[in-house]
Amino acid sequence: MAQNSALFSELMSDLHPPLSGHEAGVESDRCYFCYDAPCVTACPTGIDVPLFIRQIQTNNSAGAAKTIFDENILGGMCARVCPTETLCEQACVRNSAEHQPVKIGALQRFATDTLMSAGTHPYQRATVSGKKVVVVGAGPAGLACAHRLAMHGHKVDILDANPKPGGLNEYGIASYKTPDNFAQREVDFILDIGGIEIKNEIQLGRQVQLGDLLEQYDAVFIGVGLKEANQISLEGASLDGVEDAVNFIAKLRQTEDYSALDIGRRVVVIGGGMTAIDAAVQAKLLGAADVTLVYRRDKESMNASVFEQDLAQTNGVKIIHHAAPVRFIGEQSNLTEVEFEYTQQVNGKLQGTGETFTLQADHAFNAIGQVLQAGVVDADVVALENNRIAVNEERQTSHQNIWAGGDCIAGGDDLTVSAVQDGKLAAESINRYLSS
Amino acid sequence: MADLNSSFAGIKSPNPFWLASAPPTDKAYNVVRAFEAGWGGVVWKTLGEDPNIVNVNGPRYGAVYSADRRLMGLNNIELITDRPLQINLDEIKQVKRDWPDRAMVVSLMVPCEEKNWKDILKKVEDTGADGVELNFGCPHGMSERGMGASVGQVPEYIEMVTRWCKEVSSMPVIVKLTPNITDIRYPARAALAGGADAVSLINTVSSIVSVNLDTMSPEPSIDGKGSHGGYCGPAVKPIALNMVAEIARDADTKNLPISGIGGITTWRDAAEFMALGAGNVQVCTAAMTYGFRVVEEMITGLNAWMDEKGHANIDSIVGKATPNVTDWQYLNLNYVTKARIDQDACIKCGRCHVVCEDTSHQAITHTVNGERHYEVIDEECVGCNLCVSVCPVQDCITMEEIASGMDVRTNTPVNREYANWTTHPNNPMAKDKA
Ligand SMILES: Cc1cc2nc3c(=O)[nH]c(=O)nc-3n(C[C@H](O)[C@H](O)[C@H](O)COP(=O)(O)OP(=O)(O)OC[C@H]3O[C@@H](n4cnc5c(N)ncnc54)[C@H](O)[C@@H]3O)c2cc1C
Ligand SMILES: Cc1cc2nc3c(=O)[nH]c(=O)nc-3n(C[C@H](O)[C@H](O)[C@H](O)COP(=O)(O)O)c2cc1C
Ligand code: SF4
Repeated sequence: MAQNSALFSELMSDLHPPLSGHEAGVESDRCYFCYDAPCVTACPTGIDVPLFIRQIQTNNSAGAAKTIFDENILGGMCARVCPTETLCEQACVRNSAEHQPVKIGALQRFATDTLMSAGTHPYQRATVSGKKVVVVGAGPAGLACAHRLAMHGHKVDILDANPKPGGLNEYGIASYKTPDNFAQREVDFILDIGGIEIKNEIQLGRQVQLGDLLEQYDAVFIGVGLKEANQISLEGASLDGVEDAVNFIAKLRQTEDYSALDIGRRVVVIGGGMTAIDAAVQAKLLGAADVTLVYRRDKESMNASVFEQDLAQTNGVKIIHHAAPVRFIGEQSNLTEVEFEYTQQVNGKLQGTGETFTLQADHAFNAIGQVLQAGVVDADVVALENNRIAVNEERQTSHQNIWAGGDCIAGGDDLTVSAVQDGKLAAESINRYLSS
Repeated sequence: MADLNSSFAGIKSPNPFWLASAPPTDKAYNVVRAFEAGWGGVVWKTLGEDPNIVNVNGPRYGAVYSADRRLMGLNNIELITDRPLQINLDEIKQVKRDWPDRAMVVSLMVPCEEKNWKDILKKVEDTGADGVELNFGCPHGMSERGMGASVGQVPEYIEMVTRWCKEVSSMPVIVKLTPNITDIRYPARAALAGGADAVSLINTVSSIVSVNLDTMSPEPSIDGKGSHGGYCGPAVKPIALNMVAEIARDADTKNLPISGIGGITTWRDAAEFMALGAGNVQVCTAAMTYGFRVVEEMITGLNAWMDEKGHANIDSIVGKATPNVTDWQYLNLNYVTKARIDQDACIKCGRCHVVCEDTSHQAITHTVNGERHYEVIDEECVGCNLCVSVCPVQDCITMEEIASGMDVRTNTPVNREYANWTTHPNNPMAKDKA
């Protein structure tokens, strides 16, 4: 296919283009400034939505951005990646009124973009406390935690295994949700508060151990996310062309030239979450002729929101429900087909029906879930729950000097915005602990 | 189809919608477009003596917006026509000849001397116009020169000038009143005493619409300075309605025809003015906001409503609501209402709760059985209508009469007998008190 890289870049650009000043004015007029507004409750970080929208309406976008950042310093990223249709916008009373919520996400982006493009940082550090905290992981959880700690005057070191900070904002989120290097620009914005130092390519469990950190710092925050995807242990899983979806996406997010990525003609994606959708849509945008997403349960059980599923389908991704992979088939070392078996729900349990089919494929992406990486925490030091780190309401672990948040903790919902809230709550708790 | 033909102070027009004296009626080009669009008549932009006045060469208008930048109020610092008198007179004559069925009224403003008024009236009469309107209303610019509102604020002058005009002219004379006065009945009575055939109101309200916070100049700003202007548009309608009603129910002026002006934007606004006693209506801002085609909506809307209600002609709606305008002291204090929230229509924004809670009577719940739920607490509701006023969903909250049983707020039985303040026991001046 002779598509040039400029065309690819365009295909991968902004899913929801930003609102113009006029559009933001019209949209903000729609907010009713509700009492005890349901959108505030629905936002995991509790942003005062009616207030920031009223500030936009009165031409005070910087004030609006400040209202957002007060609760969510990654409000810019969240405005782009939050599944608002299941969060704030789902709660909007305009849904009952006319099935059309106020575009809260787009307005949030308008406000935060306005302030961020002004190049100023809206917060000042409190007097230096003399305390030092280490944050492991520069994803949304770690960044939010570090910023809040810095505001309280503490010195923060962030350690991250990757060459670039941002976590999945940099390596995972679909490119059409966050074009123009936004993840790095946001990291710079956060660091502008001062007092935070990021050390890249330092991996906890390899170059440093938890014990060292506990000795060197007054408190530890762990926000390492989840690492390797669950390995599919099926026949043929080692064929060329069988790959974890997160790896594919990370490669794609880091490439300078989309046309250089070999995507093949036929792509099969296995899974039903956001990662599966993102891999499928981006494969399609990059020029794959057929992209089929196969999920073992029904539509309602998919983790991806209805909006995301629709997005996949409008982009030409075919979705097959109730089928699970059986084996990968290849010629020499290359994948050529994937065999599936239909499934059914019997007494609440998923079972194969015995009936199978195959899909031709040059690429199969596994997106069947991620796990806490081994060797980061020792279950003797920090208690686990369902194979993730157990925390209390303040995001404190079983160890009194260690807090954790984001995807790596138990009971979360694996969203950027929830990771931010975890980081913020943990920072407040750490601050109370350090000040007492 | 109802008959919309109008006869106002003897002036005939195919419908009661006239354009008020203002830029839309400044010259033949505009007026012809207006007639083509269907307007029943015009009051030509106010004529003055030569040499013609001049306008500022910077911005003339300022605006007040509601949500979604709807124009709610317009303010202007424009003066009367800035074209030579003879050009206007020639155009008026020609247009009237070309459009004989439409009302052609000419607005006038000259210095407050008998000769000046009598001279210009003769000139207007020669055009074949249907009538004149005396502009005693313009609140800015002209008033500094002893004309416009500065005449309209002195009832004796109104009477005097009106009398001069009636002495020389057989044309109907309409006196246009300024709202920039405490009690509108005095100028109206003065116009009647001077022999006016009708009054028209309101002209614009003295106003400053906004201040530019960068330059610290009032808007519209002329080289860093602003001057008060005249306010009009939807925002002034309530002021105008009240003034129309005051004149319509005044013992002296109740038979004086009124041309209703001020914020009329839809057929409904027009019908309200007429119900309160206006024989016809004049429109300026709505045309200046949307263009002349708005008259189509006004004509068809008024027609549909009149048909629905069985009103055959304009006379059958004029003044229909006037008898229901009364003084506060005669309102029935035994009439009890409570707010009712339609739970199916409620979208749960909670605004009724928070306004009643914060600023009124703590009479609406926010949570019932742990659920977001807004319901009126009859024990507290005084029936004030604030919740209805702020609810974003039409007809979701309504006021319902409690016609029998107990008023659980006052803990007294509801008594449907009419009783007002004049006889209330708490009134020290009550009629039956010695
Ligand atoms: C493909 C994909 C698409 C997604 N799309 C969306 C979306 O559209 N909207 C949404 O809300 N959510 C989305 N999510 C989920 C969201 O990205 C995560 O919930 C969020 O990034 C979690 O933040 P975190 O800080 O916990 O972890 P991460 O973002 O995973 O960051 C963890 C960081 O820790 C570092 N790290 C890991 N191990 C170590 C170690 N041992 N030592 C030092 N550093 C370490 C990593 O390098 C990384 O920088 C998506 C996830 C994926 C995988
Ligand atoms: C720009 C402008 C100029 C006006 N000029 C005159 C005028 O010359 N003579 C006059 O009697 N009224 C004048 N008016 C007042 C209007 O005729 C009318 O009384 C007033 O605008 C209220 O009606 P509305 O709310 O429909 O605009 C003017 C109004 C505007 C907006
Ligand atoms: S009518 Fe007034 S007092 Fe009654 S519920 Fe509504 S706002 Fe409250």
